[in-house]
Amino acid sequence: MVPISAYLIVGVALFAIGTVGVLVSRNMIVLLMSVELMLNAANLCLITFSRSQNIMDGHAFVFLVLTIAAAEAAVGLAMVITLYRNRETINIDRFNLLKW
Amino acid sequence: MIDYTSASIDFSLLGPEIAVLAAAFLILITGYVKSLGKLSPAVALIGLVTALFLSLNQWGDQSSGFFGMVTCDNFGSSFKIIFIIIAILTLLMAHRYLSQKSLNRPEFYALLNISVMGMMVMANSTDLVVMFLGLEIMSLPLYVMAGMARRSPESNEAGIKYFVMGAFASAFLLMGIAFVYGASGTTDLRRLVTDYHYIAGNFKLYLYSGVAMILIGFGFKVGAVPFHSWIPDVYQGAPTPVTAFFSVGPKAAGFAVMLRLFAFGFSYIGLLSDVFWVLAVLTMTIGNIVALKQDNIKRMLAYSSIAHAGYILVALAVGGNSAVSTAMFYLVAYSLFNTGAFAVLILLETRTGCKSNFSELPGFGKAHPYLSSILALFMFALSGFPPTVGFFGKFYLFSAAVKSGFIWLAVIGVMNSFVSVYYYLRVVKVSFFDKPEVSFVPVSFSPAIILVLLITVVGTLWLGLFPQQLLEISQAAIFAFL
Repeated sequence: MVPISAYLIVGVALFAIGTVGVLVSRNMIVLLMSVELMLNAANLCLITFSRSQNIMDGHAFVFLVLTIAAAEAAVGLAMVITLYRNRETINIDRFNLLKW
Repeated sequence: MIDYTSASIDFSLLGPEIAVLAAAFLILITGYVKSLGKLSPAVALIGLVTALFLSLNQWGDQSSGFFGMVTCDNFGSSFKIIFIIIAILTLLMAHRYLSQKSLNRPEFYALLNISVMGMMVMANSTDLVVMFLGLEIMSLPLYVMAGMARRSPESNEAGIKYFVMGAFASAFLLMGIAFVYGASGTTDLRRLVTDYHYIAGNFKLYLYSGVAMILIGFGFKVGAVPFHSWIPDVYQGAPTPVTAFFSVGPKAAGFAVMLRLFAFGFSYIGLLSDVFWVLAVLTMTIGNIVALKQDNIKRMLAYSSIAHAGYILVALAVGGNSAVSTAMFYLVAYSLFNTGAFAVLILLETRTGCKSNFSELPGFGKAHPYLSSILALFMFALSGFPPTVGFFGKFYLFSAAVKSGFIWLAVIGVMNSFVSVYYYLRVVKVSFFDKPEVSFVPVSFSPAIILVLLITVVGTLWLGLFPQQLLEISQAAIFAFL
């Protein structure tokens, strides 16, 4: 059987990759994907903990989080589209009208 | 997590939330019919006022339902009342500003109501997952509201920056919740408190890392200092009534949850007090110092809101019932005078081409003696002069810190308020004493905004003269907390 720690390490690693992705990526779409990766890493941890302790609440929370992540992606993509219409770019280095 | 003693499915616990949400959905359904769309502010207002009465009714009720997912207590209902009042003031301020900038779409009012509903869910729960859900219900409409002026690149940028930072923060929060859940097998704060001493070994590590990540998540939401970088940009770029809402609503909601989590749920972790000490000092100091050199009033108020978040963090560092009640007092006071200051800015911005820079202020004192004195009153309240409520907010907060032995924290806080006097009074100085280069274009009033100014001015002065009652209410609010 695969030990619990293996799942947790994958979860934390995915979370770290997502965090680094948000911090270094210059493209809005990649940035959105990184945020989704972070949320799904948290999902993986929730499921791991839930299975390891035999309390099934965590499974239900994952569905909740998936819904929220979908809503977030919808709002985010809509905003990227409005931004692209105005500026013709989705490179976040160019969003410097306000001092970032 | 399941608390079988409170398994009742009692929808009256959710009365205010349902009222606000029903109004929002009604607006979304009817908003596309042109003649009905005009009614949407009224519909939103009716929903909010109904919710206000329902939450006033909930005062004194201590019950929980939905398997412990929803908890009704004085703390929750008093915060609900705060959120609703903020939303009503925002609604009154927003209407004419939005129609002038041709942004007056029914969706704004629906989004405002949905966001308020999310805040209520946050304040009303002792379960981490429901808190997370409430936070997302609050945040998603806020992202859209920040970017609502579709044709304005500044507003687009504010929206996208807020979205990226907000989503990043909620990912941290969720990861933190996952780890706390892993450590304790529950997400219910009451169970966490009672089970704390059974958590041992590796699980303790999970708990600590989880709490740290939750702290990072909420640090972003309330704008504590290492996580504050988005605040000035978002506040400056968003439409001004939306900024007014941002600077008080989500902040109060974030602090409502933080007070519940850190002053009660995780209060047994001794290290947290030191962490909040550092956060409070950093947040106050950096907020105030950077605010000194701003040339846009909205941006200055953004940094000032960071500094005010720092003052409230003092209460979290101190901990304990009396400090938490002073934090609540401060939040009410801050919401009043900050909303008032933004109401004046909104009036100034209804003149064409105004972006609330300091350079637009000279001559204001001469052209509008009353309105500019009101702005001066709010600036005095923000910097904490008596007889405004700002003075008593700071006084109670810092004296609670001194009483619990946090003398240095109180000293740093008081020194910070002295620094803040400089930039607040700069607004007064520029509007009264600087020579205008071009003549000041007069402002036109609307009845709704006069009502907002009246409420905030009377509130600021009345509570400043008689603060005792509000303090007693806030002490009653935190009684029998979890």
